[in-house]
Amino acid sequence: MNRYAIKMLFGDSAKFYGILLGLGFASLLIAQQASIFVGLMSRTFAFIGEVGHVDLWVFDPTQSYVDEPKPLRTTALERVRGVTGVEWAAPLYKGLLVATLPDGSRQVCDVIGIDDDTLAGGPVEVVAGSLADLRQPDAVMVEVGSSQQQLRFPAELAPGTVPAPGQVFRRGDPKRSVEIGDIIELNEHRARVVGLVKCSETFVAAPTLYTVYSRAITFAPPTRRVMSAVLVTAVPGTDITTLAQRIRDETGLEAMPPHDYAMRTLSYWMKETGIPINFGIAIALGFFVGVAIAGQMFYNFTLDNLRYFGAFKAMGASTWRLLSMVALQALVAGVLGLGLGLGAVSAFGLNAAGGKLAFKMLWQIPLIAAVAVLVICILASVISMWKVVRLDPADVFKGA
Amino acid sequence: MNTARDNTDTRSTDRAIAIRLRKVEKTFGKGESAVRALRGIDLDIPAGELTMLVGPSGCGKTTLISILAGLLSRDAGDMTVFGTDLATLRRDRLAAWRRDNVGFIFQQFNLVPQLTVAENVSVPLVLKGESVAAAVRKSAELLATLGLEGRDQSAPLKLSGGQQQRVAIARALIHDPRLLVCDEPTSALDAELGRRVMELIRGRSTSPDRAVVVVTHDDRIYNLADSIAHVNDGKIDQLTRVAREASAPATP
Ligand SMILES: Nc1ncnc2c1ncn2[C@@H]1O[C@H](COP(=O)(O)OP(=O)(O)OP(=O)(O)O)[C@@H](O)[C@H]1O
Ligand SMILES: [Mg+2]
Repeated sequence: MNRYAIKMLFGDSAKFYGILLGLGFASLLIAQQASIFVGLMSRTFAFIGEVGHVDLWVFDPTQSYVDEPKPLRTTALERVRGVTGVEWAAPLYKGLLVATLPDGSRQVCDVIGIDDDTLAGGPVEVVAGSLADLRQPDAVMVEVGSSQQQLRFPAELAPGTVPAPGQVFRRGDPKRSVEIGDIIELNEHRARVVGLVKCSETFVAAPTLYTVYSRAITFAPPTRRVMSAVLVTAVPGTDITTLAQRIRDETGLEAMPPHDYAMRTLSYWMKETGIPINFGIAIALGFFVGVAIAGQMFYNFTLDNLRYFGAFKAMGASTWRLLSMVALQALVAGVLGLGLGLGAVSAFGLNAAGGKLAFKMLWQIPLIAAVAVLVICILASVISMWKVVRLDPADVFKGA
Repeated sequence: MNTARDNTDTRSTDRAIAIRLRKVEKTFGKGESAVRALRGIDLDIPAGELTMLVGPSGCGKTTLISILAGLLSRDAGDMTVFGTDLATLRRDRLAAWRRDNVGFIFQQFNLVPQLTVAENVSVPLVLKGESVAAAVRKSAELLATLGLEGRDQSAPLKLSGGQQQRVAIARALIHDPRLLVCDEPTSALDAELGRRVMELIRGRSTSPDRAVVVVTHDDRIYNLADSIAHVNDGKIDQLTRVAREASAPATP
């Protein structure tokens, strides 16, 4: 009878597609919103992962996320270097500075200053130029995506040249990408582009500029607190947890392995912002819309077939047999709807890959969508099953 | 017109009894709104015969065949169907008993539109555990003997009313049930088709270990019965026997 149950489902194409659409839409909404949420949230700590091999991050104890501007005094570096078990400690600058382009437009940039000596903490990939070029005077490297978007130059201005006296550009003029040799004014200091780099999208969607630490602090407004963090590598064989405790005790600063710092950042965004609630609402909405549409359609489908189920019951089908038919119909619709939804999400994800949109489908997400669809199918079929259980086989002799 | 009704007598049959009912009662609902549908039915339905239940609307015919087919439980009285007291069977055992012993023909044919004609017919066999392929093959063979050769792959709704009723008959006969119950099988058909369908059904009743019970309002087919039980207000008023010879297929 299972084969007949499936034929009954597929045969009623209007309702079948309705059920499929409801379930597909629900799993689409759930998986897509969850993926965007995960993508967005992982951007909040993406920078921590990008700063290559570091054992510990040392930062202000009140700092709750990596982008929070709570700089340390410059002396912190020496104090950290003095802790036993620290092999090397490098300063890191990370701050928002205003860049002025030749056409007079202004753009806030996320400027990262990495250690002058080791160049530790550099970008994932250098697309043009070489990281060592950062040691040249005024050198900065520009994130390749923003070099083509937010930080564009007048097309008439040849790369590496400055506007001639009296030459004025306007915002509406034709534009080109930033190239090596271009001069950007960064917080009223001269900055020369020596390369293009790639780095992952961060939550603060400002263009990223890399430079060395000593130059970053000359770009930044002069204060005694400019250093964002100290990056520490431990002497080989040192226990990281004990070293972190020792740094905390001796300097009064917070010290954490990158993963813990990433989680601290994540939990700040999760707890202190409305983002999780918003996505939670969208996901719940997907769930309830799925229950409403698919449940309704499935119930109508069962109602339509009730007289046949009644005839089967009269002909001697046990209630269990009929329930397993309904369950199978719900399950098949669920699997197909889920496939449809996840397929659409994957297509969406492939489309979004590399783009500005945050999208990260962890393996848990399809699982969550599957569980949600399963729950929807159970809810949808339970009412239908109740109808089938209550079905009186004697009703087959009653009028339509 | 055939004169079969004139050649009747009320002597009880000498055949074996397939179904025996004594003082069977059924009441629907409780208190003020209770309906006493059956008020003490005494009836013997002989094996190897076609018994018709006739009577005015609401007299309890459908209730009666529902009880003797194991679809409804009686409230009082005794009943055995082929020696089994259905009241002793629990719900799922009763379903299995129906599956193994009863063929049903409904007024609405209740053919599943999403399944083919042969698949519809095969349902009783599939319920008994036969493979779909074998059941569908047997169904096609039976359909052919009912004049529906080549239609086994059709959708039921593509067939005419008479053809659909023949499909429903095939479904009731495919598993060779001992008891065939029909509630107004001809009411949706014109006179000629109704007669042919009844002859098909009647053909089933001749083997000695079978019984056929037909509820009808259709006096044009009375002459195809072996006996006619007149139901009135929840009781059997009168049992009329029809001579077999006279009820042979009529030639117009
Ligand atoms: N499930 C039920 N609940 C309440 N009353 C019922 C139920 N089934 C039948 N009845 C009542 O029992 C009486 C007998 O009904 P039944 O259907 O057996 O009559 P019938 O002889 O088949 O009538 P008809 O010729 O119109 O089909 C009627 O008064 C009917 O209203
Ligand atoms: Mg009736």
